[in-house]
Amino acid sequence: MIGNFPYITVMIYIGCGIYILMFQRNLIKLAIGLNLIENGMNLFLITLGYRKGGVAPIYTQAPVGPVMVLPTPQALTLTSIVIGVATSALILSMAMMIYKHYGSIDLDEVRRLRG
Amino acid sequence: MLGLLETGSGFWSAIVWVILILIIGSIVYYIRNKGEKSYKKNTNQDKPFISGNPETTKEGSHLNENHLYWGFMEALKSYYDPLVKIHTGDINDYSGWIVIITAIILIIVEVRG
Amino acid sequence: MKIFDHIPALIVAVPLLAAFLAPVVGRINKKAIGIFTLIALAISLIFTIILAFRVFSIGPQVYVFGEKFPSLTLPSGLKFPIRIIFQIDALGIFMGLITAVLSFLAAFYSLAFINKKDITYNYYSLLLLLTVSMFGMVLTGDIFNFFVFFEIASMSSVALICYRGTDFGEPAEAAFKYMVVSSISALMVLFAISIYYGQYDVLNIAALAKAIQYSQLDKIALGILLSVLAMKAGAVPMHMWTPDAYSEAPAPIAMILVAASQVSLYAIFRIVFTLYNIKLNTLTIGWIMIIFGVLSMFVGVTMAIIQKDIKRLIAYNAVSQTGYILLGVGVGLAVLTNPIALQRYGIVAIEGGIFQIINCAIYEGLLFLTAGALFFKTGTRNLDKMGGLAHYMKYTTIFFIIGVAAISGLPPFNGFASKLLIYESVYKFNPLLSIIAMVVSILTLASFIKVFNSAFLGPKLSQFKEVKEVPPSMILAMAVLSCIIIFFGLFPDLIVKNLVHPAVMSLIEQFKYTSTVLGGM
Repeated sequence: MIGNFPYITVMIYIGCGIYILMFQRNLIKLAIGLNLIENGMNLFLITLGYRKGGVAPIYTQAPVGPVMVLPTPQALTLTSIVIGVATSALILSMAMMIYKHYGSIDLDEVRRLRG
Repeated sequence: MLGLLETGSGFWSAIVWVILILIIGSIVYYIRNKGEKSYKKNTNQDKPFISGNPETTKEGSHLNENHLYWGFMEALKSYYDPLVKIHTGDINDYSGWIVIITAIILIIVEVRG
Repeated sequence: MKIFDHIPALIVAVPLLAAFLAPVVGRINKKAIGIFTLIALAISLIFTIILAFRVFSIGPQVYVFGEKFPSLTLPSGLKFPIRIIFQIDALGIFMGLITAVLSFLAAFYSLAFINKKDITYNYYSLLLLLTVSMFGMVLTGDIFNFFVFFEIASMSSVALICYRGTDFGEPAEAAFKYMVVSSISALMVLFAISIYYGQYDVLNIAALAKAIQYSQLDKIALGILLSVLAMKAGAVPMHMWTPDAYSEAPAPIAMILVAASQVSLYAIFRIVFTLYNIKLNTLTIGWIMIIFGVLSMFVGVTMAIIQKDIKRLIAYNAVSQTGYILLGVGVGLAVLTNPIALQRYGIVAIEGGIFQIINCAIYEGLLFLTAGALFFKTGTRNLDKMGGLAHYMKYTTIFFIIGVAAISGLPPFNGFASKLLIYESVYKFNPLLSIIAMVVSILTLASFIKVFNSAFLGPKLSQFKEVKEVPPSMILAMAVLSCIIIFFGLFPDLIVKNLVHPAVMSLIEQFKYTSTVLGGM
């Protein structure tokens, strides 16, 4: 049961992120919510690679006895972290541009496109 | 060469359609040309007939978007008012729709395989 | 020649290199950057056509990155592929042709349309990146590679939507909404990919298709992928980002965004038909797609009739046309396990859906380009303020009429051919769906007659006295699209027999996809 603790953390991250996206009104808080979902996904990817009792997957020190953890999810997570950095940068600059033209970052004011 | 598209229950050929339109169009044009040719230009025979009302300027008689389809929208007001109100333009609603639809599809795929 | 073995990598690599060289060229000479982009996209177009000839004559092609020979998928006795593989079958190269032609015409149109001198090189660089990402999404055979290209597409299209964001506020708002929607979509796709990886330890689509059993976790992954990719494609009720994003983007970018939404539809078909094939309950999933399709058609067109902004109207019509694709392929999916029904009308339904993809991309592109021409000359997108423009812009009027006739399904243009296939086959499945489709087609014509009357017909207005015709590069781009519409309309059987039917067969027969990579059962 204690081994499932990372998966429960992932669920809490994604749940918090989706709650923020559905109910918060400030644009910066929406960007933070998106970042929380991102972190949950990265944690999920890393946790999938764990094997019981494994050591770090370094090629030149390949162990004879105990197993290594899987290295592929670590590569996938690095890719995902880099994509997350670019996404955060872009979405925060969009929020800055909206503030410059609308004068407010509350979702009730930023609603000129509707219908 | 005829460009036949076979659907399951028939066929469609665009080239035969175009040839037929040209033949029928030329027959119509020929019959139209046998009409009345003698009328006096630039007199009252040429102007549009608006039941004796004074004609407004050419520019003022253009119907732009506000006037078109007014009857359609008034008649279906009970359908359009809730529909336009749903399209709020609010990001919280967009995320809400995604979560609701994903939950419904997960339940359907779970129950009915 | 040796270079022909490496074409799948070159199709993605040449625009990528050009995207990073574009700012350098822009520093040297401001006018040369458009020509440079055009050359790079022309090279990609030529390579795509050569690859199309190869795929349609020989069979599905594979390309392995980093091996001694490009087709060595299982090196030295391994049981599953370990490198990233580009796998191109008939449906992939079909979408690749759409991408290549539309991005080339968008770059050609942008030579005259984009005239803000200080950020022009940003625009062309991002346009090349968007093209790279769309090529990558349709050519790849590896599911995490698909996610990476998906994210590249969403980032470059967000930056391109905000092109006028330094002067006005609305493009920034539309770009923010599109970024939130796109990020949720991409992260949920990553969630489903990690579910697959955690269970089966492979990331290659062909190996995954062979190893998959329809367990509980696979059902969760299928549900998440269906709804999230349908949102990215613009299906109702998750379509509300579509009019904002398509109307605030510059006109050639709106054309490429329509093609990007159709690549999301391609992803749904790839997952449902190739990954799962008959292991899932095709009747249920087929009906889910049919319900998405019918809702999209109806809500899209009824919202389109009441719009005041010309590009929002065309965007709602784009949502409605996507519904036709989902309806056709959904009917084909629902009868996949029933061989008699599949032979009678299932294959024709999927053919109609896939033919509708290319038709929709072309006539939506033409309509967006004409709306862009109107905005370029009059400075407004509001239909209240326009009128009598047919006196001044004759060529634009003719192209607009061709586009309207194509989208409403009037003979002899290409919209009629694909919609006829959908009407006839869906009628045999369930008559009510076909009747709704025909009513939607009539309402589409109604919404565009409104645009035509407001913007083009009427007396000459005094505020438009100096309006001339648009520059020749824009006219040439619109003329090429019109010629493609007329050609597809007059000879639909050539297109259906040579392009669409192999694509449909490659979807239905899953074993050909897996045996190309894994070398026989």
